[in-house]
Amino acid sequence: MAYTIEGSSGAWEVVIGLEVHAQIISRSKLFSGAATAYGAPPNSQVSFVDAAFPGMLPVANGECIRQAVRTGLGLNAQINLVSRFDRKNYFYADLPAGYQISQYEHPIVGSGVIEIELADGSTRRIGVTRLHVEQDAGKSLHDQDPARTFVDLNRAGVALMEIVSEPDLRSPEEAGAYVRKLRSILRYLGTCDGNMEEGSLRADVNVSVRKHGEPFRTRCEVKNVNSIRFVMQAVEAEALRQIKVWEDGGTVQQETRLFDPSRGETRSMRSKEDAHDYRYFPDPDLLPLVLDEDWVAGLRAELPELPDAKRARFIAEYGLSPYDAAVLVAEQATALFYEAVARGRDAKQAANWVTGDFFAALNRLGRSIEDPPVSAAALGGLLDLIADNTINGKIAKEVFEAMLETGEPAAAIVDARGLRQVTDTGAIDAAVDAVLAANPDKVAEFRAGKDKLFGFFVGQVMKAMAGKGNPALVNDVLRGKLQ
Amino acid sequence: MLTDLTLAEARAGLRAGRFSSRELTLAFLGAIEALNPRLNAFITVTAERALAQADAADAALARGEHAALTGIPLAIKDLYCTAGVRTTAGSRILAPFVPSYESTVSANLLRDGAVFLGKANMDEFAMGSSNMTSAYGAVTNPWTRRGDNRALVPGGSSGGSAAAVAARLALGATATDTGGSIRQPASFCGIAGIKPTYGRCSRWGVVAFASSLDHPGPLARTVEDCAILLGSMAGFDPKDSTSADIAVPDFAAACARGVKGLRIGVPREYRSDGMAPEIEALWRQGLDWLRAEGAEIVDVSLPHTRYGLATYYIVAPAEASSNLARYDGVRFGARTEGHDLIELYENTRAEGFGSEVKRRVMIGTYVLSAGYYDAYYLRAQKVRALILKDFTDVFQQVDALLTPTAPTAAFAQGERMDDPITMYLNDVFTVPANLSGVPGLSVPAGLDAQGLPLGLQVLGRHFDEETVFAVGAAIERAAGFPALPSIRAGA
Repeated sequence: MAYTIEGSSGAWEVVIGLEVHAQIISRSKLFSGAATAYGAPPNSQVSFVDAAFPGMLPVANGECIRQAVRTGLGLNAQINLVSRFDRKNYFYADLPAGYQISQYEHPIVGSGVIEIELADGSTRRIGVTRLHVEQDAGKSLHDQDPARTFVDLNRAGVALMEIVSEPDLRSPEEAGAYVRKLRSILRYLGTCDGNMEEGSLRADVNVSVRKHGEPFRTRCEVKNVNSIRFVMQAVEAEALRQIKVWEDGGTVQQETRLFDPSRGETRSMRSKEDAHDYRYFPDPDLLPLVLDEDWVAGLRAELPELPDAKRARFIAEYGLSPYDAAVLVAEQATALFYEAVARGRDAKQAANWVTGDFFAALNRLGRSIEDPPVSAAALGGLLDLIADNTINGKIAKEVFEAMLETGEPAAAIVDARGLRQVTDTGAIDAAVDAVLAANPDKVAEFRAGKDKLFGFFVGQVMKAMAGKGNPALVNDVLRGKLQ
Repeated sequence: MLTDLTLAEARAGLRAGRFSSRELTLAFLGAIEALNPRLNAFITVTAERALAQADAADAALARGEHAALTGIPLAIKDLYCTAGVRTTAGSRILAPFVPSYESTVSANLLRDGAVFLGKANMDEFAMGSSNMTSAYGAVTNPWTRRGDNRALVPGGSSGGSAAAVAARLALGATATDTGGSIRQPASFCGIAGIKPTYGRCSRWGVVAFASSLDHPGPLARTVEDCAILLGSMAGFDPKDSTSADIAVPDFAAACARGVKGLRIGVPREYRSDGMAPEIEALWRQGLDWLRAEGAEIVDVSLPHTRYGLATYYIVAPAEASSNLARYDGVRFGARTEGHDLIELYENTRAEGFGSEVKRRVMIGTYVLSAGYYDAYYLRAQKVRALILKDFTDVFQQVDALLTPTAPTAAFAQGERMDDPITMYLNDVFTVPANLSGVPGLSVPAGLDAQGLPLGLQVLGRHFDEETVFAVGAAIERAAGFPALPSIRAGA
């Protein structure tokens, strides 16, 4: 069922396109050798090129270009062997040269596609229009002094990829899924860390609404949204606003807006009339960017396995459900962790443990997959003890908690705490005999046909054995003695 | 007199120990002290630095170490950033600007042992053909008309560099040429100057006017001196993406090659109706000299030449309007405060820029604006490609071209100031080489009826400066050019 918003005039469809700005992972900036460390003291990561001193010239950083091409390949996109840098001219205090070097007419990457997964298990293919590289601007700090604005140029010149989607998204959920999937691909590729809090990934959200079957209506652009949750909220808030405008007999004006998360609404930033004339033209300081086809092919060959391929493989190779597979591949580190646990073991059981007790422990302890409280090898060791009948599943959970507390391997905990399950039939016989002797009335009821009491006997025996009885053996012995 | 020596002669004298670099440098500093008040060729004189560099050169020479320019005193156009020395670009907006970095080209000269006497005056941001737009005052041409003491312009934008070399205040100078700013002042001041191939000299550290047209290059009294200087200035620079990774040949050796067997083209489009008869006569004379030396003269056509000036005055201001956006009073240079950011920009740029710079920034902004871009900038780029193709085609037929450098000799200060278009016409013969990137040299070839120098221009294939030098040196030898400017050291 397609997502719509019900207005007073009926159902409205929402049309969304996203422009995602992703900071390229690179030690130095797009056109200078200055470093790119986040959180460094203001103006400590600035070269004369970044500050646009007289006579300074940009030189394209090959690593940033490589990263952009790898990203294009990861988005199944066309790589343009010839692209060009243009200047986007406007005056602002944190734009030192008075222009941003970007790619306007001839981007390095052309059309591609991203497949998104939705909560109902369905998938949709979302078109990527283009990807281009450009410089970030610096930061104007208006809150440091009552009268003056301070400028921090650390970000000025940092390499960004602008990834533009087609207006293919139709709901807040799809917009969120798109950003989540794009972020996942970028992180797999190691081309962007995807950290939205630090601003290394941010989205401009283009929203319009229409009645079913209509052509597109006027859109508004909501700038610089910096979390997936806010992207989804901004879509909804802006769609509701536009529906109200149309239904009140007004006309939506094309404009740039800002999302205010505290109020859950968008507000106008500048209208089309105030829009800059950026006077784009080819940057004469830079030659056209020409890529070698073999070099691109080499990058393609070295791409890591990406989320879609990995998910398909997990389903096929490990027999996982599509849902479990999607959860496990969302982050490369999780997938790696899972595969380390699953290799040579019961893959389905490994998936249950990783997505169940292990994820719960991460959440509870506030740890990340990169810094897990229990290593994949250690978790694997625990599963091995279940597999060889050293412990049963119930005891395993207890052992896992002990592993979290102590950091000890599972086997050591089992030994030290005497949790090894009892497979000695003599001991089980004795425990069963004692339980039957202590409950003659229940034995009589069972034999009279009250089958449900079998569970009661199992529980009593396991309790008598402190949970360590091998469940299968306990069942066998009980069944034998009760008949 | 030491100041009368050519750069090659001075170099030989230094190496032979006939005089020291300190003596040579003191001679030029003395000449500057005596004549700069009249000529205003230097904005900044760095006497102490020059003497320290001279002493270092003398020490090197004493050890038997000599690089290409060890101990040679030069003037540096104030468009080249010089570490620790104020660099103004002829503009008020850079009046307080002292770079902490050295341009690649001037660093190459220092690497080869050169002595820097100071920073040469120029049109503001290299925009001009008269040196009248400098915020540091006009430069006076050392030449005067016979029987007329009115001060003439030295040409521009490298007017200070050209006047300094002509008046013997330096053995040579760095200059830049965006539409003729090396060749036209060379012609006006009776000296030689070459705009090399685009990409031959790094633009890193040279204040930008129009990036795709800016060419660093040398001015000197002889063609050979230019060749020596260019040999040091040129070379691949990874800091300039448009720099060419091509080996630097021995330009000076090429000066002695001769022109026997060369095919020299005469582009018919350079014959304009309004051309002064004496310039046309000199042009014919130049061709006769080359023919006499064994060259073959061929009539050729560069059909798009007539669009060159119009194209240039779209492309150059467009790039300039963007390149000059960085002068905003925020990070360096002059600032005039305002109540908010927009006022800061407006006040800083209104006070900091002169009227010619403002005119070109406005033209450039206009031609790049939405709705005008296709009609102006984009069309200009297409014509530019055709002009380049003209040269590529013609150099299939000939080895070099010979043309006049400028349509007139030097004019008086204050003449032609009322109409910028007339001023722009000065560049009509020089801009095609900037638009196409081919090398062009101006060599002094004769005098007009009033006794003012006139230059001829040699154009060559991309990265074939050697043929250009060979042709230029042949004209220089044939012309003999014995005349001297009236204002000069020791005169």
